[in-house]
Amino acid sequence: MHARCGCRPVSGQRGRPRGTRWLRAFAVLPLLASVLTACGDDEGSGTPTLNWYNFPDDSGALQKAADGCSRASGGRYRISYNKLPRAADGQRQQLVRRLAAEDDSLDILGLDVTWAAEFAEARWIREWTGAAKRQATEGTLRVPLQTSTWKDKLYAVPYNANTQLLWYRKDLVPRPPRTWAEMLDMAEALARQGKPHFVEIQGAQYEGLTVWFNTLINSAGGTILNASATAPSLGPPAVRAAQVMRDLADSSAADPSLSNQMEDQNRLAMESGTAAFELNYPFVYPSMKANNPALFKNFRWAPYPRVDADRPARPTIGGIDLAVSAYSRHPDLAFEAALCLRNRENQLAAALEGGLPPTLRALYDEPAFMKEYPFSREVLAALEAGSVRPITPVYQNVSIAVSHTLSPPSGIEPVSSVDTIKEQIDDALRSEGVIP
Amino acid sequence: MSTRAQPAGAPPPPGTETGRAEPDRSALSAGARQERRLGWLLCAPAVVVMIAVTAYPVGYAVYLSLQRYDLRFPGRAEFVGLSNYGAVLTSSFWWDAFWVTMFITAVSVAIELVLGMGLALVMHRTIFWRGVVRTSVLIPYGIVTVVAAFSWQYAWTPDLGYLAELLPQGDAPLTEQWPALWLIILAEVWKTTPFMALLLLAGLALVPEETLRAAMVDGATAWQRFTRIMLPLMKPAILVALLFRTLDAFRIFDNIYILTAGAQGTGSVSILGYDNLFTALNLGIGSAISVLIFICVGIIAFTFVKLFGAAAPGAEVKR
Repeated sequence: MHARCGCRPVSGQRGRPRGTRWLRAFAVLPLLASVLTACGDDEGSGTPTLNWYNFPDDSGALQKAADGCSRASGGRYRISYNKLPRAADGQRQQLVRRLAAEDDSLDILGLDVTWAAEFAEARWIREWTGAAKRQATEGTLRVPLQTSTWKDKLYAVPYNANTQLLWYRKDLVPRPPRTWAEMLDMAEALARQGKPHFVEIQGAQYEGLTVWFNTLINSAGGTILNASATAPSLGPPAVRAAQVMRDLADSSAADPSLSNQMEDQNRLAMESGTAAFELNYPFVYPSMKANNPALFKNFRWAPYPRVDADRPARPTIGGIDLAVSAYSRHPDLAFEAALCLRNRENQLAAALEGGLPPTLRALYDEPAFMKEYPFSREVLAALEAGSVRPITPVYQNVSIAVSHTLSPPSGIEPVSSVDTIKEQIDDALRSEGVIP
Repeated sequence: MSTRAQPAGAPPPPGTETGRAEPDRSALSAGARQERRLGWLLCAPAVVVMIAVTAYPVGYAVYLSLQRYDLRFPGRAEFVGLSNYGAVLTSSFWWDAFWVTMFITAVSVAIELVLGMGLALVMHRTIFWRGVVRTSVLIPYGIVTVVAAFSWQYAWTPDLGYLAELLPQGDAPLTEQWPALWLIILAEVWKTTPFMALLLLAGLALVPEETLRAAMVDGATAWQRFTRIMLPLMKPAILVALLFRTLDAFRIFDNIYILTAGAQGTGSVSILGYDNLFTALNLGIGSAISVLIFICVGIIAFTFVKLFGAAAPGAEVKR
């Protein structure tokens, strides 16, 4: 009782003083807020900081590039390298979440090659024009440039590229196969002799499965979407591609855990000696050297196998493009800094230290690079003949439609699977429907 | 009048009787009015906070669910009525996820109830080391779900985990639908049985010892005492425990997200909503899924309260 009664004077005559206290409390809030924002602002120190968000690099090459470019700017800007999560989905989620909230603390963004169209359509990144565009395109490989172009406008500059090669064991296979059919025959022959015979490829339900399908359909002369990215193209080449996937799954060449394998499981299987072939990125080479020197002696590479003997394979390219955020407070400096980060010296350092294939054509003739990258010629050839994944703002949905339908590879029914993919892509292009 | 110097908003010091000093009637009723006003004022911050963090997001989700709104096409946003709901409810992905969720919910809650009851009886009857027993039973509940889920995931990964070694060589249970579903249920049961046991223990405390002794004198067996006396008396506690766990289980997310990420047909409705919101950036469809989950949860709560007569904790049990 006493507590209730004790309150009375407070709620009675004392209304006004309390009111003013409230007012004062509210008045302090904006003040506080302005103090806080001032703390986060670096304008006071004179040198603007450009925040570069990119994949986490363990080699130190990216940090060195950021420091070098900061120094080279002569005090006009300072680049701060911020590491995104390791998984691509996590990277995209962080960027999207912050861009949708118009976060102005992002300046230079390291985008996966499949994101530029999406970010451009959402107006999260700036178009490259004028001198910056000229510098960005000069001497840059053509196929990686396609990934950073949307509706004939350039929205990013290719930073590094990547592509798959066929890795095989010379002790088991004297001459590398040229086509998928040849490879499966060789693997089955090895199986009959009781030798290691698996073909290692990314069969799990994720982006890697879409990459595999995209490589096959392009190698068969088709594409997933039409040229203007308005409708699915697919058709007979898609059925042919799905058939190749099913053929592998049905043959003795398939690893028992095919439906659960990603790049790293493939690498491990090859290193443990159960496989004869592996379709994978060049990171497997230094890894084999370190983990199994005995097998490394017979570890060789060849171009990606063809679908049709008379048509060259068109492996899907990967990599990172650098874009400038639409909400950056220093866009002009950001364009300049992005160009510095991907200049000749920095791309060479990233290639030598981090193993990332460059996007500047001239570097493939660089002796230092050719020495570190004995397969540089094959990588260059693959990049020049390579295919890109569908360039559309709804790429995520398209990719999910493909990987979801084609998983597991042993369950593919070429004709009906392609029909399912077509329906789901139709929905995705209208940004309708539920994604699994 | 020490209270006059009091800062606004602070609780009044105990023992001040100033308000009751005048016996005047009109002053009293005015006082009562003021007290009521003060009551509202004191509640106001909490109400405002609740509206800001609960009602507003829920309302905004409902609003978004009626829009065609894809973050990637800000220019194409428009009101589309219920068509997002139509798209979700006619999608096989929603119904697959729905039945997976129902299965996980029903099975895990049933197992938890049985195990939780056993644990509660043990905790109730333990004479020695009572504190140690109760604490150790609660440990799984105290571990962060994501951490526990990662432990389970590694344990079941071939060549990596000790549990996978118990299986035939090359078996990867998390890559197949049914084994993965059972492992998700196992992780869920391991994690939340202690919670169930704790709620049931509170119910056990309600059963009077004399009644049990009287039954024993009348010759009732242990099983009869359990089914005829304990269970009926514990019914309110059991229903509350079931309600809480069912609502929680229906919204299962973290265990699945870590163990399978929803692959191989193990995605729950929450995983589906997450993928549509955060991967597809389709706020319209994603919000429609969220609202549907909200409605499902509402139906579950309504069913428990109306049909089974589950009472809110602390409320009088209606007969």
